[in-house]
Amino acid sequence: MAGTAPLIELRGITKVYGAGEAEVRALRGVDLTITAGEFVAIMGPSGSGKSTVMNVLGCLDTPTSGTFLFEGVDVGKLDHDQRALLRRNYLGFVFQGYNLLPRTTALENVELPLIYKGLPRGERQRMALEALDKVGLSHRADHDPSQLSGGQQQRVAIARALAGGPDVILADEPTGNLDTERSREIMDLLSGLNKTENITIVMVTHEEDMAEYARRLVSFVDGHIEQDTKTPGKG
Amino acid sequence: MLWETIRLAVQAIFRNMLRSFLTVLGIVIGVGAVIAMVTVGQGSQTQVTADVESLGSNTLIIRPGVGGMGGGGGLSADRSFVRADAEALREELSSIEIAAPYSMTNITAVYGNENHFTQLAGAETTLMDAMNWSIAEGRIFTDAEEKAGRAVCVIGETIIEELFFNINPIGEKLRLRSLSCEVVGILAAKGVTSYGDDQDDIVAIPLKTFQRRVAGNNDVSLIYVTVRDGVSTDRAIRDIEILMRERRRISAGEEDDFSVMDMKQIASVLSGITAVLTGLLSSVAAVSLLVGGIGIMNIMLVSVTERTREIGIRLAVGAQTGQVMLQFLVEAIVLSLLGGLLGIVLGLGLGALASNLMSIPFVPDPRVILIAFAFSAGVGVIFGYFPARRAAQMDPIEALRHQ
Repeated sequence: MAGTAPLIELRGITKVYGAGEAEVRALRGVDLTITAGEFVAIMGPSGSGKSTVMNVLGCLDTPTSGTFLFEGVDVGKLDHDQRALLRRNYLGFVFQGYNLLPRTTALENVELPLIYKGLPRGERQRMALEALDKVGLSHRADHDPSQLSGGQQQRVAIARALAGGPDVILADEPTGNLDTERSREIMDLLSGLNKTENITIVMVTHEEDMAEYARRLVSFVDGHIEQDTKTPGKG
Repeated sequence: MLWETIRLAVQAIFRNMLRSFLTVLGIVIGVGAVIAMVTVGQGSQTQVTADVESLGSNTLIIRPGVGGMGGGGGLSADRSFVRADAEALREELSSIEIAAPYSMTNITAVYGNENHFTQLAGAETTLMDAMNWSIAEGRIFTDAEEKAGRAVCVIGETIIEELFFNINPIGEKLRLRSLSCEVVGILAAKGVTSYGDDQDDIVAIPLKTFQRRVAGNNDVSLIYVTVRDGVSTDRAIRDIEILMRERRRISAGEEDDFSVMDMKQIASVLSGITAVLTGLLSSVAAVSLLVGGIGIMNIMLVSVTERTREIGIRLAVGAQTGQVMLQFLVEAIVLSLLGGLLGIVLGLGLGALASNLMSIPFVPDPRVILIAFAFSAGVGVIFGYFPARRAAQMDPIEALRHQ
């Protein structure tokens, strides 16, 4: 993909749910450019459209209108399976509720994106262990999610996002279910990955404390960007 | 990739052991029932054939009266045979090897304080060969004893069990109505036939003794005939009919008042009946296979709904439509194949048990096993397709939101 193009470029993105009386305009013309290596926090009250924009960025949802360019490629022109390929090769997801497969070990959960990459089992396990090691959980590789604490589960989820070698990690309220102590650990981990691995991180949060870790703060109100500021970052 | 998918499917199935088992229960029972039915059916068919062969497949039975098996024989209205008929068959027909006259009645045999209602046969020594009988202990009565009408008998295993317990019966006196006869031999056990006759529940005495001391006439109920090797049974039957019509003075145009039964014919009629019954029961069992297939579809659909979140996760990490589809399809196929395998084991187990209880040979049919296996795979494909398609077409964001 073109090296000069910004990593992510949103132009006039709108998203409308429902129709008629029940019509909800979740996004009302969003323009946002994110370059490689950034750590962006997206904030805003609930219903402001911050989660919707994350889903659009994650190619999980399609905008009603507007253009989304990923490394110069128009995502709107990609079909279902091509978007899956884009997720597989360039994106990593971290969710508020961890979204690990139950009754499946940490290692197997981390292996999941690698299975779809078609890698042989041995290599998959090696890469998955490596990713688990980066989040400090290689000693828990054989544990089920039910045997892990919330913080540990989220770290497994980060390892899963990391395993495929993504350009971007999209984190939707990654600390929403965790206490302050655990939240800080996760944020340290994410900002560490941003620095050492040069992975772009886009994170939705409503906690100011967590947003402070980012180096850019984008505030959403009523479906559009209210404020977009550089911050010193932390950690 | 396919091998990997199969491995993951097996993993997913064993992760939900109980649910997987309940899912395939229908297939297990269906396949099991079909295989058990066919196995028992084939076993009894083999048994019928063996029964007939133990009598000698070249054996013919001549009985008074018209009609096939069961009908006629022994009814007083029908004209009986006499010993001379058998002698004439033996001497005049080259197509015949043995012609054994045979009379029978039901009687209570008494020994000491024990009594047992059994079958009494009056026979010549020739019957031993005609019926494939052999002596386990002691001896058969001699020709001389037979001609003289002596009070001697040979008995079957069941008689020993019922009357003698631990006493060696040889030399003991058995009372048959007014006749007290000495046991001189024990017949080798022949077991129970597939139609439930205990062939060892029998007392045999010389024909002369039977006629004189039990029946009080010269009648012979049946004649067992064995056809000489190399002669067709059809020819033998024709010879017998001609001779017997002549001896019984049946004029041309009149119908026979006796019938000649071919054991081969009886065998084919019996195995025909078993085959029809087997087919009937198997088709009932096959319906349960269909129901089993629908059961799999049902659970797979539930499973797709239940695993919506899982599908969402898989889509988020980059699974394509075809990959999700393949995963669920392979899971359904592997599941129903495992069910099929369990069913085969169950069916063979039940078949073996039933064969044992019914004392018929255990005859598993590899073709039916193969068909059952292929059918389970087919069930997986057909009933797994719809749920798999539904899973593959899910919207990732909807799937992830699913609670």
